[in-house]
Amino acid sequence: MSVFIDKNTKVLVQGITGSTALFHTKQMLDYGTNIVAGVTPKKGGTEAEGVPVFNTVEEAVQQTGANASVIYVPAPFAADAIIEAVDAEMDLVICITEHIPVMDMVKVKRYMEGKKTRLVGPNCPGVITPDECKIGIMPGYIHKKGHIGVVSRSGTLTYEAVHQLSENGFGQSTAVGIGGDPVNGTDFIDVLKAFNEDEETEAVMMIGEIGGTAEEEAAEWVKENMTKPVVGFIGGATAPPGKRMGHAGAIISGGKGTADEKIQTMNSCGIQVAETPAVMGETMINVLKENGLYEKAKIN
Amino acid sequence: MNIHEYQSKEILREYGVAVPNGKVAYSVDEALEKADELQTDVAVVKAQIHAGGRGKAGGVKVAKNHDEVRTYADEILGKTLVTHQTGPEGKEVKRLLIEEGCDIKQEYYIGLVMDRQTSRITMMASEEGGTEIEEVAAKTPEKIFKEEIDPVTGLLPYQARRLAFHINIPDEYLSKAVKFMMGLYQVFVDKDCSVAEINPLVTTGDGEVLALDAKLNFDDNALFRQKDIMNYRDLDEEDDKEIEASKYDLSYVALDGNIGCMVNGAGLAMSTMDIIKYYHGEPANFLDVGGGASTEKVTAAFKIILSDENVKGIFVNIFGGIMKCDVIAEGVVAATKEVGLDIPLVVRLEGTNVKRGKEILADSGLNITPAESMADGAEKIVSFVQ
Repeated sequence: MSVFIDKNTKVLVQGITGSTALFHTKQMLDYGTNIVAGVTPKKGGTEAEGVPVFNTVEEAVQQTGANASVIYVPAPFAADAIIEAVDAEMDLVICITEHIPVMDMVKVKRYMEGKKTRLVGPNCPGVITPDECKIGIMPGYIHKKGHIGVVSRSGTLTYEAVHQLSENGFGQSTAVGIGGDPVNGTDFIDVLKAFNEDEETEAVMMIGEIGGTAEEEAAEWVKENMTKPVVGFIGGATAPPGKRMGHAGAIISGGKGTADEKIQTMNSCGIQVAETPAVMGETMINVLKENGLYEKAKIN
Repeated sequence: MNIHEYQSKEILREYGVAVPNGKVAYSVDEALEKADELQTDVAVVKAQIHAGGRGKAGGVKVAKNHDEVRTYADEILGKTLVTHQTGPEGKEVKRLLIEEGCDIKQEYYIGLVMDRQTSRITMMASEEGGTEIEEVAAKTPEKIFKEEIDPVTGLLPYQARRLAFHINIPDEYLSKAVKFMMGLYQVFVDKDCSVAEINPLVTTGDGEVLALDAKLNFDDNALFRQKDIMNYRDLDEEDDKEIEASKYDLSYVALDGNIGCMVNGAGLAMSTMDIIKYYHGEPANFLDVGGGASTEKVTAAFKIILSDENVKGIFVNIFGGIMKCDVIAEGVVAATKEVGLDIPLVVRLEGTNVKRGKEILADSGLNITPAESMADGAEKIVSFVQ
């Protein structure tokens, strides 16, 4: 088992003929992802990396039965692309695109109310269930199939965590990048909930960063509901207030969203937080041992 | 992106949101000219910098006559203001807003922000105008009232009225206050603001509801469709290296330390700063080269880091996903050859094309210290600069 995606997921790539999308479509195909369709307006009827291209998402879904979409459409047009996928009743939409205006995302979120589609991102590395399905831009080779669920607001920091886990013999059930934007789709709690219910997942690594209060809310949820151990890390402990650290969401404003506050809340909710990004894997191993899960979670 | 108070007020005026009459001045003579044009008994001389807390720092003065305008303009122009938002180095004042004084009856607070929890724009209002809203929120949160706004309908008149009643704006000012709030919301949406703060909003003796101060911030991601806002950009308010970085679409923030950092991805870049600090070093910058960086972009990033005189060593920490390690390596080699390198350089490469990347660095003949992990790299660079 895994969360959100597996070997049966039929993937559609929106904006497939762009250079980044083409590169990653090839990478995803090489990994074994079942990509059934691409969409680029006016390119319908052609092929990209051997994948049939359609003019609209609706048509692609009708013809191929695609149930998950990944979006590489440039920022000015990305909100429209998300809504098109939601309108076509996809189960899952993963938006890789960064720099989408916040106002656009407010409209997208409003449109999605009451709809069945789950949105992951925007501005995220995607979702991967090792050895089954990779949707996004993460380097596939660092992942190993296993029992640790990973959820993160940051792309490269996720790679760092996954790398540390894999090197120590701890594979991942699924790794989910929820993205660094202030207004996004799936949040920490949605993913934690899914990992909590997933039989393959023994423990969860949750990677946050400064800005907002999503980590605090997730920590409270963990305290009340989570039956599996959670290990955390927060990036940006040394970031100065008022400066936006790359991600639109990563800014300490009005004294809110500091790493200290987040780490304190997480600790008080039973989440062990790695002291540095270099010991995320080590911290997980210690926690697994403490919980008698070390042997169960180790893959080799 | 930030703009000046006088620029914010220009935008508000366009939308029928009431602000006092005022004009910008770049010199003392101009300040006097503008004060005369306003034909007012009392003129307020206000320093224009991209930071709050100007009043307390002596950047806002009320002039009761022509001579006082001269005195205050002369005093404030060229002065370096240090406020809680400027950092200890402060900011030099190069522009003044000369504004008509007004007969203030009462001060309030009105703000619009993006609420992450609800994914909606929220209007906040308080009777406690003139003080920092964070302070009000901490001490008397019951004095802040909020209206969550549905993007389909926009701010509705009843919501604006409800806020006005909650903060006890007298009935005779009600319709003007509602008009003010509706206009402010329209500005926020039309111009892709990230923050709009009116503190204080004032009622006056002659029946007006005015924005005495105005702060608008804009969503950087939406600037592509806000060309008129881009024209308000004041390069004097930005760090030279940050300006240079923005030309190459690099995400760079200048800091006070001496270890230059080049990293891919915002989360990893922040964490690299954290781990340098953990080993008792001080990062000189935050720099995210992004995902699809070319050799040229990496070269530019490297040059920007080297242009900082405080930098005594450089730590390159790359975990390639989209970013390929060989591209980083080529950029580093090209930049060093171009500008020379006489300080220690520690490079940690991992991820896509890592083998090729390491080869390029090894073959370059440059004095580069490789690192096995980010902890190893951080430890090494800290020991080199100490």
